[in-house]
Amino acid sequence: MPRLLKFNIFRYNPQDPGSKPHMDSFVLEETDSMTLFIALNRIREEQDPSLQFDFCCRAGICGSCGMVVNGRPGLACHTKTVDLPGDVTLLPLPVFRLVGDLSVDTGAWFREMYNKVESWIHTSKSFDQSAVEERMDNEVAEQIYELDRCVECGCCVAACGTARLRDDFLGAVALNRIARFAVDPRDERTDRDYYEIIGNDRGIFGCMGLLACEDVCPKNLPLQNQLGFLRRKMGITAIKTLFRR
Amino acid sequence: MQTIYTDVLVIGAGLAGERAAIEAGQAGLSAICLSLVPARRSHSSAAQGGMQAALGNSVMGEGDSPDVHFQDTVKGSDWGCDQEVARLFAETAPVEMRRLAFWGVPWNRVVPGPSIYYKAGKEYEKVESQERRGLITARSFGGTAKWRTCYVSDGTGHSVLFTVDNRCAELGVEVHDKTEALSLIHDGRTCFGAVSRSLRSGELRVYLAKATMIATGGFGRIYQNTTNAVICDGGGHIAALDTGVVPMGNMEAVQFHPTGIVPTDILVTEGCRGDGGTLLDVNEERFMDKYEPEKAELASRDVVSRWMTHHIRQGLGVKSPYGDHLWLDIRHLGEAHITGKLREVYEICTSFLGLDPIRQLIPVRPTQHYSMGGVRTDKNGAVYGLKGLFAAGEAACWDMHGFNRLGGNSLAETVVAGGIVGRRIVDHVQGGEVLFNSAVIDAEVKRQRERLDGLISGRNGSENVYKVRAAMQQALQKGCNIFRDETGLSECVASLEEILERARRVGLKTNGAGASPELYAALRIQGQVKLALCVALGALKRTESRGSHNREDYPARNDRDWLVRTLAYWRNPDDGLPVLEYEPASPSYELPPGDRGYGKSEIISAEQGD
Repeated sequence: MPRLLKFNIFRYNPQDPGSKPHMDSFVLEETDSMTLFIALNRIREEQDPSLQFDFCCRAGICGSCGMVVNGRPGLACHTKTVDLPGDVTLLPLPVFRLVGDLSVDTGAWFREMYNKVESWIHTSKSFDQSAVEERMDNEVAEQIYELDRCVECGCCVAACGTARLRDDFLGAVALNRIARFAVDPRDERTDRDYYEIIGNDRGIFGCMGLLACEDVCPKNLPLQNQLGFLRRKMGITAIKTLFRR
Repeated sequence: MQTIYTDVLVIGAGLAGERAAIEAGQAGLSAICLSLVPARRSHSSAAQGGMQAALGNSVMGEGDSPDVHFQDTVKGSDWGCDQEVARLFAETAPVEMRRLAFWGVPWNRVVPGPSIYYKAGKEYEKVESQERRGLITARSFGGTAKWRTCYVSDGTGHSVLFTVDNRCAELGVEVHDKTEALSLIHDGRTCFGAVSRSLRSGELRVYLAKATMIATGGFGRIYQNTTNAVICDGGGHIAALDTGVVPMGNMEAVQFHPTGIVPTDILVTEGCRGDGGTLLDVNEERFMDKYEPEKAELASRDVVSRWMTHHIRQGLGVKSPYGDHLWLDIRHLGEAHITGKLREVYEICTSFLGLDPIRQLIPVRPTQHYSMGGVRTDKNGAVYGLKGLFAAGEAACWDMHGFNRLGGNSLAETVVAGGIVGRRIVDHVQGGEVLFNSAVIDAEVKRQRERLDGLISGRNGSENVYKVRAAMQQALQKGCNIFRDETGLSECVASLEEILERARRVGLKTNGAGASPELYAALRIQGQVKLALCVALGALKRTESRGSHNREDYPARNDRDWLVRTLAYWRNPDDGLPVLEYEPASPSYELPPGDRGYGKSEIISAEQGD
């Protein structure tokens, strides 16, 4: 006998004057290898076509489907129902602006983040079409990629104590982005330049060290290490700056 | 009504679109990308394998050159491609890889010394040279003479997309995400921009531009089982087809991948079979060795997909709530190999199927994977039929893939074509002024408002959009899949014609307020059925087999009659079928039609009489 799963889902459509925030329940019969991607699409197609949620690649690569599943932020596409109890409560990610039901506006938040940390290679060189590429050790390339694996799902921000307390906290995702450029020899920025961006309470010194970011990261990024690394680096930069005065 | 003006409007913010927008930004033009999702969630991010470019840095790529890459591409296309475009692509790709490195892509690099690689389950050794240390390296991919595929670990598309989007942010290229383009604004000669709908508020918005580009990726979601992301639903194609003057090229050229997992259709890599994995049926018995005694599981993508489908048709598939499938068995490869070299496959099985491939079988079936066809352009990316409209990437039929594209060529195409077409767009914008006619704009906005009102009020009927969509997907799955013949395709076209009538009677069950997923689906359904008809009718009329287009009743490639590209037009919105025209496959044949050296070899040559 397959289980009957009960989904308790947060509902609110800010664009609909008649809508009030509330919880709705839907019951589905569980099938083999069912994921929340399959379950939510079935609910929308068979029971309530107004239900809003975001999926894109549905393969754990694009980061679209971050939501709070039984109290824990994660990617819905690789959440299997077999790993969940019969009662499943789904809420939208906090911190991000609500679009409707389980859908939130991560795009605007991240675009602002790119501008704050200047998420691009800073170089005084210009590209030479006729030249062979600059050499790089494969190990360095792999170190950069290790941090570049972030999918910007927003789970680390949603699970972050500081981000819940102050709106201007950059969050682990942005700090990890800085760490990514700091290990990249093509980026000419100095520690002093990075200090201008994250050497304050909005940045690395705002982190309370609770580390839920690493616990919930669906890509298992080494966020704890990176935050520690940056805190040390920025601390040293601060002391150097003091002595220079 | 909010109206936004920009020099360049790009519909889509994946690799092709953003790469073109960068050219505009670098030239000092304003550029806006519209996207269904935040740019970095675009489907380009899911391409894990790599990009083909003849850099020849790896020892396994020695002697490679754009000439060899060109030949591989033309053979892969089964001579269906435009050879001038394939040449342009192969020549440009190496510089583009270097440019991406300059912008920040962490390409894997040459590591000097010996290392092990696997081919057909056997171990081999290669030794990389000292003097190439640190240059961009390459891996092996099917259908290529040399190791030519540049890669970033298992996340090439992801990493390149992040770099390209970083560059967009740096240049101030705007991305308006959660926005769908509903239609193009045009007067039958020139394109002036697009009418869009916000997927935050549901509001309509007009974008006016000197140049408009379609870069919306593939349309795999019109099929029931596809590896494509849910956003690959043909939105850009529909907007172009709806103009009545823009043709779709070679829509019948659809690629299937043998090993999509069941139920979620996520791809597991060909490496499984390359390293010695086998396919089993309902009785847990091998079958590929019976159909293809020589190559067995290692035959090419289209051949394996065809036999798998055949075997399921014989009733030897495994029944499941998600349809029949077969098994992929990699258990004998052992734990070390599966969690090492095939880690990605191991993770997909554990994360999405909840099974352990070291001990259990993996459910797989052939799955729609790539659309070679699309919005037809010339070699500059200028779309046929409308001035000021361009296209690139999977959305376009540029056309370097012809009837079959090689692994690693599509991801490379996004940035190579994006760069080339981006520069042509800059030339176009700098080369002349555009006169906007408010009557044309207002008429298009009115048409879209009426379309929305019709769906919300239910005045056209009360057909359920999801049921109509499922009917369309089933029709294609049944009649226009890997194996095709006259009977199946005729039935498919006939049922799609009926389904189009139903699509015209769709009405919402909800009030359509805000982003409304139901309204989103309903706005697309007619266009999707029309695309499906372009695919099915094109396949019915093409009485030959070429690349991924396999006609059981016409098994030979026929260069005498079919060395042509199908152009499908939808002249009037109320028509029941597209109008098909044909043009030569290539303006010239640097590499004359011949044998691919793999797959079937029956060819009716151009010189042959009846």
